[in-house]
Parts: sequence; C-alpha cells; structure tokens
Amino acid sequence: MFRSIELSVGLFVGIGLAALFMLAMQASNLSSFTSAGHYQVNARFDNIGGLKVRSAVKVSGVKIGQVTTIDYDSETFEAVVSMQIDEKFSKFPRDTIASIFTSGLLGEQYIGLEPGGDEKLLAHQSEIRHTQSAMVLEQLIGQFLFSKSKDE
Amino acid sequence: MKALTQMLTRLGRGSLFLIKILAGIPQLFLRFRLVVQQLHSVGVQTLMITLVAGLFVGMVLALQLYYTLSTFGAEDTLGMVVDLALVRELGPVVAALLFAGRAGSALTAEIGLMKATEQLSGLEMMAVDPVNRIIAPRFLAGFISMPLLAAIFSAVGILGGYSVGVDLLGVDSGAFWSQIQDKVDFYDDVLNGVIKSFVFGFIVSWIAVFEGYDCIPTSEGVSRATTRTVVHSSLAVLGMDFVLTAIMYQ
Repeated sequence: MFRSIELSVGLFVGIGLAALFMLAMQASNLSSFTSAGHYQVNARFDNIGGLKVRSAVKVSGVKIGQVTTIDYDSETFEAVVSMQIDEKFSKFPRDTIASIFTSGLLGEQYIGLEPGGDEKLLAHQSEIRHTQSAMVLEQLIGQFLFSKSKDE
Repeated sequence: MKALTQMLTRLGRGSLFLIKILAGIPQLFLRFRLVVQQLHSVGVQTLMITLVAGLFVGMVLALQLYYTLSTFGAEDTLGMVVDLALVRELGPVVAALLFAGRAGSALTAEIGLMKATEQLSGLEMMAVDPVNRIIAPRFLAGFISMPLLAAIFSAVGILGGYSVGVDLLGVDSGAFWSQIQDKVDFYDDVLNGVIKSFVFGFIVSWIAVFEGYDCIPTSEGVSRATTRTVVHSSLAVLGMDFVLTAIMYQ
C-alpha cells in the first residue's frame, strides 16, 4: 500500500521537476547562455537610448553576447556599457565599431558590432573606441523640422 | 468594533499557530513518511485537475490571442504572449485557486472532522502533539506541491497553446519557440513565477490547516470552515498576486 503511494508521489515530483526543467530550457532564454566562456568588452556612448542590461550584442545580425552593466561616467559625461561576448567569437579587430540600433521600427535596442581592419584584436576588458549613439526619434524629428523650416 | 476585535484575534491565533507549525517542521525530516503520505493526498490527487485545466487555459489563450494578434500581423509572437501570460500570472494564480478548491478544502474538512470526532484530543491524551503529527506534514506537503503544480500547469498550458496555435491556426512552429526563447527571461519571468507559487502554496496551506484546526467542532462548523478556506485563500491569493506583481515587475 505505502509502496504505491511512494510511487505516485515520486511520479508527481518527477513530472513537476520535468515541467520546471522544460520551462527553464525550452520556454525561456536560459538555454542561450549556457556556453562556457565569454569575455568582457567596454564601450562609451554619448547616448544609449533605450538600451538595457541583457540587451543583445549582435554582429551581422547574429547574437553573440549581451550587455552586462550600464553605468554613467560623470567625468566624461558618457554612458559606459560593458558587454559579454561569447568566447567562440573572440576575433574582433581593435577598431571594431559599436553602434546602437533598433530592431524594427519600434523594437528593442541592441548593440551592433561592425568589424574593422586592424590586425590587433579586442582583448578581455578592452575598450571599443569607435561608437555610434542611439538614434532618438524626437531628436530626429526635431532636426527634420528645423531643416525644413530653414529651407522655406 | 466587535467584529474587528474578533478578526484581529483570529489573525493573532493564526499567526501563533503558524509559528507552532514552523517549529514542528524540522522534526518532520525524521518521519518523512508522514509528508510523503500527505504529498499523495494533497499533490498527486490535485494533479489531474491541474493538467486538464492547464491544457484548456493554454488552448483558450492561444485561440483568443491569435485573433487579436493577427489583426496586427503579429501571429508569430503568439508563443511568447501565451508563455508570458502563463508563466508570470495564470500558472501560479490559477493553479493556486484550483489547489485551494481541491486540496485546501479537503485539508480543512479532514482536520475539522478529526477535531469534531475528538481524534485530535485523543492524540493529545496519548501525549502526541497533534500540530506536529497531523498539521505540520499537511502544511509542508502543500508548500512543496504548489510550485510543482504551478510549473506543471504552465508547461501543459504552453503545450496546449502550441497545439492550438501551430496545429490548428497555422502559426509557424519555429517562430513559436524562437519567440519564446528570445523574449521570455528565465530570471525575470520564470523564476518570479516560481517564487509566486511558493508564496501562494504557503498562504493556501496555512489558511487551510488553520481553518480546520480552529473550526467549531460541529458538522455546521466544519462546513463553514471549509467554505471559509476556499473563499479566504482565493482572495488572499489574488490580493498577494497584485502585491507580488507590483514588487517584481516595477
């Protein structure tokens, strides 16, 4: 009698843990960060727009890492973004350009990397020199209206 | 005024009772057989209703959301929306409501009847503490079962949403899963849902065993206590859900 109760309880706990495992691996983004090693790179931006911690870092549209911390440097008045890049993708030239793009018209923002031509490579804890800030829609509209009124 | 004092007295009695239960839990690990038995009657027997309800909730969600999303041409995000709704809210909350209705009421009725038939005082006569022997295993079993049931509810719901969305309505299977894996965050969404279900399990089990233990030992008293368990724990779950959501997703 008690054996069959134990069996059914074991089955219940097993199914419950399997469901949790499925939620973790299949139904969330946990599985995309299981790779073993990554290295850290910093970049400074004038304006990061709507970039958030855990936003994607992409090159040619392929996700290769994520933003880990966002800070503000009050000496240089710039935002300091550090990102984690998968060790598999460790061969980026030192003059790689980091820009903040928006996926789609109103989608999330991410950092897009464009490899340069330098022979030296980006190392752990190094800094990307060439950056391009996020486009802020309001500024863009303002510029457009301003140039329009100058024409007339 | 009298009603208020009465309510506060009950709340105080309930809190003291909770402390007594929590103090009894460490001893349970020596007699884990008691907990396993309760896991069977609290968890296993709630499994079926959870599975069926989860499946249908997931299917209805997919059906409803598909028509709204397709007006924006955003059917591909169906998987993500269903998953987020289930993992963040519906999984923990609906599973807790079902748990209160199925297991909580049974706990109250069982303990209340034990009291009415003087089994609890019988145990006391034999120098066995009824809180340690009867109440604590049931409380612990409820606390353990709830997160598992909520996870099962969400997982089955996602599968139900998949079957309706992909097989019936023709959403692309790859888009369904890739949107989920891209946008649903493990820590922010899944883990917060699990924390919620732990809190709900704690509250529902606490209310259920307290109502049973505190009931008036007559048949009418037991029936009232059972009703109170379902009503109070459902309201407590919904209220706590608001508080937890406000804290978690600022």
